[in-house]
Amino acid sequence: MMGNEVLTTDALQIDRELGQQLLYQMMMVRRFEEKSAELYTKEKIRGFLHLYIGEEAVAAGVMHYLKPEDNILCTYREHGQAIIRGIDLGAIMAELYGKQEGCSKGRGGSMHLFDTKTKFYGGNAIVAGHLPLAVGLALADKKMKRKQVTCCFFGEGAAAEGEFHEAMNLASLWQVPVLFVCENNLYAMGTALQYTHAVTDLKTKALGYGMPSASVDGMDLTAVLKAAKQAIKTVRESGKPFFLVCNTYRFRAHSMFDAELYREKAEVDEWKKRDPILQFTKYLRDHALLSDDELKKTENRIEKEIQTAVDFAEAGTWEPLDQLTRFVYSDPVKP
Amino acid sequence: MGETTATMKITYREALKQSIRDALHQDERAFLLGEDVGRYGGAFAVSKGLLKEFGPDRIMDVPLSESGFVGAGIGAAVGGMRPIVEVMTINFGLLAFDQIANNAATLLHMSGGQINVPVVIRMGCGIGRQLAAQHSHSWEPLFAHIPGLKVVSVGTHEDARSMLLAALKEPDPVILFEYTAMLNLEGETSTDFQPVDLTHAKIRRVGKDVSIITYGAGVYKSLQAAEALAQAGIGAEVVDLRVLRPLDDKTVMASVSKTHRALIVEEAWQSVSISSEVSARITEQCFYELDAPVRRLGGVEVPIPYPKHLEDGSIPQQEQIVSATKKLLQHD
Repeated sequence: MMGNEVLTTDALQIDRELGQQLLYQMMMVRRFEEKSAELYTKEKIRGFLHLYIGEEAVAAGVMHYLKPEDNILCTYREHGQAIIRGIDLGAIMAELYGKQEGCSKGRGGSMHLFDTKTKFYGGNAIVAGHLPLAVGLALADKKMKRKQVTCCFFGEGAAAEGEFHEAMNLASLWQVPVLFVCENNLYAMGTALQYTHAVTDLKTKALGYGMPSASVDGMDLTAVLKAAKQAIKTVRESGKPFFLVCNTYRFRAHSMFDAELYREKAEVDEWKKRDPILQFTKYLRDHALLSDDELKKTENRIEKEIQTAVDFAEAGTWEPLDQLTRFVYSDPVKP
Repeated sequence: MGETTATMKITYREALKQSIRDALHQDERAFLLGEDVGRYGGAFAVSKGLLKEFGPDRIMDVPLSESGFVGAGIGAAVGGMRPIVEVMTINFGLLAFDQIANNAATLLHMSGGQINVPVVIRMGCGIGRQLAAQHSHSWEPLFAHIPGLKVVSVGTHEDARSMLLAALKEPDPVILFEYTAMLNLEGETSTDFQPVDLTHAKIRRVGKDVSIITYGAGVYKSLQAAEALAQAGIGAEVVDLRVLRPLDDKTVMASVSKTHRALIVEEAWQSVSISSEVSARITEQCFYELDAPVRRLGGVEVPIPYPKHLEDGSIPQQEQIVSATKKLLQHD
């Protein structure tokens, strides 16, 4: 469907443990978000809630090759990356609730998950606004001679912004180690790719910046893994940027306010046949890396962990109103 | 003031340059990035010679990508560096406004206090060089509107020499406004200049009859007006706000409570401006100290025209400060 998918020649080695860990991650993201949607209808979660459902293989595949010291920046559709990065599940759910036990003390909500311990720099909700930040973080790493990769996720909508052009040019000009990951889910809110980009083969945009690029079937975890491995290796070894396009699809509405007038149900159903979790489950079964019993155990484990997270969020507390003006300026440094 | 400390003559431009030099010497994490700061020597020659002295890693020329390089400066600050970002002029600052308002000013808050942004963004600004409507902005109020930013205005040679160094010690983003019309102006600074603080307004001239509250390009104009007023027997106190966010109410109110009259002078368009805010605060905090209504002299509500006489007419001039002060004192 996408054509010209670029795959590396490296053989992918997925053993039982790794395979099941990756499946667990994707299932956890899916289930966590289904639970979030349910909690939204119960008005436990408010504001915007953007679900990643359908796109899980992108985060799981790309992030598998990142190291703890690497920087990660995401969009406002970042629950998946936050979970896979290992931010405490309860702290994420509490953030969605707006409780002060949340990973951003409740100040950010769904769109602004932050965790400096895991080098998770948002949760950024101005489309493409975080691309220059990624370049700056990588520039700081380069100046401080730290061998780190900055991984920056964004949608194809962001690739139409001026900041995409500026950030791509700066990253290549300055030769800084940024992995730009374009999660092309085909719709910028409700406007399809062909109505927003003159050139819809997005990876070719990197040519203008002299930047290596690849595009990959983002519904197929094994394909994402292969492409990400190569891309991250390139960035880490060269210290230069790389542009990776992951072609994927959002099964759910853009946000909880979206009536989905812009696409046919048949199109969504067609993409659901390529569900990354179903595909990867089949892959594991075909390679005898997953038994029914193991799958059941994983499902049960996820249910339990999500329930614990929800309980944690429910038990969380509201920040006192008299603390309203915190976090506007840093606390004065004690002499 | 009035003490016999050694002073030296220096232009505003040279004072700015020396402050950048000091900053780069004092902190190895500091670097300057901006359009034409290196090979060109700075659009206004402020950074002339610094590329040779510090090399291209610390004096970084950037492409015309205001949002991109201001954002990169913010990112580098988050990553542990101390970037000094030069936006050639405030006129191009709006191209980076998203980065400043939506990232620099919000990251600390959105992250629940986890991420602070120690970036300094310098912008040349002001009116008076016949550069017409798109190159003559005095947009300090736009930036001073935003919580999370510290906004400072370099109205004197002393501050040109020292304010940047203080700004670089701040944990949060500082927007630092410099005035291009003052670059060639020679002034006196102390040879053993003291570090300045970024919290207080400063009384530039003591007087008992009226407080002239101003900032930026208004400071020297107001001091000259005060000189003329002194000849007429009027003691004008000149308060340089210096810090436009957060405002130093205490110094302002103390001055107004002493003189009982306030004139606020600025070059920015008068509506919804710094003078609007200061005026409101005086009314809220020391209304009963006033012997006359607060008066304001701000920019005329017009895009800045090219012809010299119209441009001059768009912003407060010394004579108007003098006559407005006299009116305030009913001293015609």
